[in-house]
Amino acid sequence: MLVGMAIIEVDGVRKSYAGRPVVDGVSFAVDEGEIFGILGPNGAGKTTTVECVEGLRIPDAGRVRVAGLDPVADHDRVTGLLGAQLQESELQPKLTVAEALELYSAFYPDPADWRELAERLGLHTVYGTRFAKLSGGQKQRLSIALALVGGPRVVVLDELTTGLDPRARRDTWKLIEDVRDSGVTVLLVTHFMEEARQLCDRIAVIDKGKVVALDTPSGLIGSSGSSTVISFTPSRPLTDTELGQLPGAASLEREGDRIVISGTDETVNAVISLLARHRITAHRLRVSEATLDDAFLDLTEQAV
Amino acid sequence: MTTANPAPATAPATASAASAHRAVLRSEIRLFLREPGSLFWIMVFPTVLLTILGLIPSFREHTDELAGRRVIDLYVPVAVLLGMIMAGLQAMPPVLTGYRERGILRRMSTTPVRPSALLTAQIALHGVAALGSAALAMAVGRIGFGVALPGQPLGYALALLLAVASVLALGSLLCALARTAKASAAISSVVYLLMMFTAGVWIPVQSMPDTLRTIVRFTPFGAASEALDRAASGGWPGFAQLGVMALWTALVTFLAARLFRWE
Repeated sequence: MLVGMAIIEVDGVRKSYAGRPVVDGVSFAVDEGEIFGILGPNGAGKTTTVECVEGLRIPDAGRVRVAGLDPVADHDRVTGLLGAQLQESELQPKLTVAEALELYSAFYPDPADWRELAERLGLHTVYGTRFAKLSGGQKQRLSIALALVGGPRVVVLDELTTGLDPRARRDTWKLIEDVRDSGVTVLLVTHFMEEARQLCDRIAVIDKGKVVALDTPSGLIGSSGSSTVISFTPSRPLTDTELGQLPGAASLEREGDRIVISGTDETVNAVISLLARHRITAHRLRVSEATLDDAFLDLTEQAV
Repeated sequence: MTTANPAPATAPATASAASAHRAVLRSEIRLFLREPGSLFWIMVFPTVLLTILGLIPSFREHTDELAGRRVIDLYVPVAVLLGMIMAGLQAMPPVLTGYRERGILRRMSTTPVRPSALLTAQIALHGVAALGSAALAMAVGRIGFGVALPGQPLGYALALLLAVASVLALGSLLCALARTAKASAAISSVVYLLMMFTAGVWIPVQSMPDTLRTIVRFTPFGAASEALDRAASGGWPGFAQLGVMALWTALVTFLAARLFRWE
């Protein structure tokens, strides 16, 4: 992959609330045109980190730049090129969808066509509906639309698909990919593995205020201790000596008659040839790839 | 990597600030008109109260205790102040606290328009509504019950503006102090009863016993009530009354600005 220019730079950012460090020396750089994910358990400091990028919080230490600008000192210029979708922020209860879109588009010098945006997000059927009467999913889609209405170069989306049903979630992912393809950089905060794996070019895993890993989704999965798990119930009991030393095996467990081995692709091949040699039939043979979930659990456990 | 410095960042980041502020004002006017409850209490209720009192025959008779004036004459300024209290202390604080509580101000901080535009629009609208309510009360007093229009219109207008300023400042201070919209509604109902009393809603200030009257004169609405009364009878409001209102406004505005939290 070509190395693009960093459009967001976060360098050694720290932020404490009442003496408790919430963000404890976070650094990463987001290249122009990528979807960059921030993944982490609840309370890991994800939201506080992006709030520093949005200029809503002033870091205690460290440096944040958006397109070379300081989000606090250059607030007026940064807000013009950064669109934000905040977690748990509402609009005036009696403001209608169309009024909200029109209002927010008036804030920017070169806004996107809000009607087109609304249609893509399926909001055109509720133009006249007041914010308070919208469903959770509609509120969420409106808040995404408002993040995009200014025609930003960077969008920060915090828990973007929370409250959406699976279909709306997939539609939203498609939209985010289209947004990226149109050249907008996306900073995405999530605790959904599937979302991070599907969407993100790179992911920073944050735990307890620190970046514990930063890689592509497949890089993160590969780095997990055991990437492949093979499990089966042999047609006759297998002793440990018969199993012997399997190449690449990280662990071997027995769950009743069932044998569960985690290791690498090599381990899988070795197990299969071993079974063939002993003329054993493997009932309910399952081979599963490690997921981002496994990698995530590994990474966030290490940090304990 | 600062070479990534983009062209758009050097271009003006906001649409013309004036047009963005106009858009905020337009949308807040719309929202204001969607609050029938607030509109009733601010615009209609004071005049309805005035009308009911005016229908009592004895209130339309000149009495010696009031230096030959009628009770209804005293109640026009009271209705005027009542509209202000409804606007500044009853209707406005829950709106402003709600904007903070619901994250509306925070959301706006991420746009090129500062969230203060939202607060300013709401404060101004409540002020305009209070003045509209005052005009309505004066018109109904004049047409319905023959209450003379202010003899010193300029002095009356000055007292009116200072009174509106002080009530809006007080309402803003309530928002600064209350964490939630519920808390602000609770605090404001206490403050607003107190303010209604000092404005003479139950007993006109002119009819209060001396000691009480002396104390009430130092409250913004006691002072406002006297200032309006003087200007109504053709004189200039005294410096003491205007000064009391100005001082309260300045002090309370300062406190509100210092204590206000955006989230």
